[in-house]
Amino acid sequence: MKTKEIEKKANLIRQDIINMLAEAGSGHSAGSLGMADIFATIYFSGIVNHKLKDPDRDRIILSNAHICPAMYSALARSGYFPIQELLTLRKIDSRLQGHPHKGSLPGIESSGGPVAHNSSVAAGMAYVLKLENKPSKVYCLVGDGEQQEGQTWEIAMFAAKYKLNNLIFIMDRNTIQIEGETEEIMPIEPIRDKYRAFNWNVIEIDGHNIKDIIKAIKKAKKSKKPIMIIAKTIPGKGVSFIQGKHAWHGRAPTKEQAKKALKELRNE
Amino acid sequence: MNNIKKSTRDGYGQALVKIGKENKDILVLCADLTNSTRTEEFKKKFPKRFIQTGIAEQNMMGLAAGMALTGKIPFVSSFAVFSPGINWSQLRVSVCQNNANVKIASTHAGLTVGPDGMSHQALEDIAMTRPLPNLIILSPCDAIEAEKATITAVNHKGPVYIRLTRPKTNIITKQETEFTIGKANILKQGKDITIIGHGPILNNCIQAAENLKKQNIDAEIINSHTIKPLDKETIINSAKKTSRVITVEDHQKIGGLGSAVAELLSQDYPVKIKIIGVDDKFGESGQPEELMKKYNIGTESIIQAVNEILK
Ligand SMILES: [Mg+2]
Repeated sequence: MKTKEIEKKANLIRQDIINMLAEAGSGHSAGSLGMADIFATIYFSGIVNHKLKDPDRDRIILSNAHICPAMYSALARSGYFPIQELLTLRKIDSRLQGHPHKGSLPGIESSGGPVAHNSSVAAGMAYVLKLENKPSKVYCLVGDGEQQEGQTWEIAMFAAKYKLNNLIFIMDRNTIQIEGETEEIMPIEPIRDKYRAFNWNVIEIDGHNIKDIIKAIKKAKKSKKPIMIIAKTIPGKGVSFIQGKHAWHGRAPTKEQAKKALKELRNE
Repeated sequence: MNNIKKSTRDGYGQALVKIGKENKDILVLCADLTNSTRTEEFKKKFPKRFIQTGIAEQNMMGLAAGMALTGKIPFVSSFAVFSPGINWSQLRVSVCQNNANVKIASTHAGLTVGPDGMSHQALEDIAMTRPLPNLIILSPCDAIEAEKATITAVNHKGPVYIRLTRPKTNIITKQETEFTIGKANILKQGKDITIIGHGPILNNCIQAAENLKKQNIDAEIINSHTIKPLDKETIINSAKKTSRVITVEDHQKIGGLGSAVAELLSQDYPVKIKIIGVDDKFGESGQPEELMKKYNIGTESIIQAVNEILK
């Protein structure tokens, strides 16, 4: 798929997120919107094999599980379940749980919620796939606030020790977490140097530039070490009144706000 | 009963080597306690399937979940105070919510850890694991049963927690004794009182029963090697026969087998119950027998409880 078309998919993912969250009345707007370009690239560029029935598929794991609306939209638009089901997010009897649950929805490889938990799961998968010389890569999306969780650094040591070069982390470096700026709450910088010191490769990219994202993933696939792609993103990207505001980390738009947001996105 | 003493952790280690040979999907993870958890032999025999995680129990539990979701049968090995003590959330979300085929084998449970003292004596692990959906909880009473529990855990698809102990203890069961998850074994038939225990403390239950015989009290002893799911049928049938039940365990009174039995009987067949366990206290350094006596879970405490409940 061409860059322009992937951008269109990202726009559709953003519209889905607004619709889903407004309908649910709760959920995480900023992080989900900010990761739309990365999800669009993973699911529609063709460089990641996400075919669910393929045992040699790449695994896509969400460690910052709260941004799952973006992933749900990408999965639905890849044809794994009906698009209209997106509107059941967070409702009783829905397959679209507030945080993803394996077994409920196709495409969810592991249940998540508390940050960092699924990063270990991703590393465990990568360990076995490497042990068995499988071609699959494991893509694990992580948050920046998540870097404050100690388990993160246990994983960083483990992945380096076992040279898990099939493990590709993508960090949503949007500089915010629930309560505010990451650097105010508990600084994670210099995050690039930290991962390099832990013996990982690191690439820094603009997380909204599709060409950048594609280039980084292609490079990551050839890495000899575990790799962290630090994607600089703007939380809430694409919706003027959400963009850049940490107050929108864990908030959903009202129906009125959703109308406004959708208008902006459609005119993009 | 023969005279050779062996620890339940030894039974676990032997089983790993045995099933490791037969089943290439078995992986063993350990966080810097290979010798103490008896995973050393497996490591020597199958180095490629042994994963040293370093002192990082949270990551170890999550890794195991990922390995299970990729088709393997990983064993997470550590001390019970560390696993599930440190990695309970990873057990809850990554293992149990995924219903991942992970086996958690934790040694050094209970006061019988001895000299290491209170920080290393896990008296809360059953209370921590019992409320987790999808998780089976096993507590073998001797090395033979530990071996069977380990092998049976592999044959069960889904997460299993196996509680193991440090000291060498008597062999209570026989090679041919049946071991089925959720099916308690009656060690001794009796009609006056039911004593239900799990783990090597069943030795004390047996001693107590021999003593009680001299007082003309005929005790029934049930080995509840599976704490979850509880064998309701065997327990209720025994309660119907004796009308009095005592539970015995090297664990806090709060949240252990005693609680499980009380939950069952109070709702389904109310009879008089006494729970023997550590009474809301932490342990301390000492020899296992000394500690059991001091914390009122030894043979004398069982005899005393029986006499009180029969009054
Ligand atoms: Mg963030």
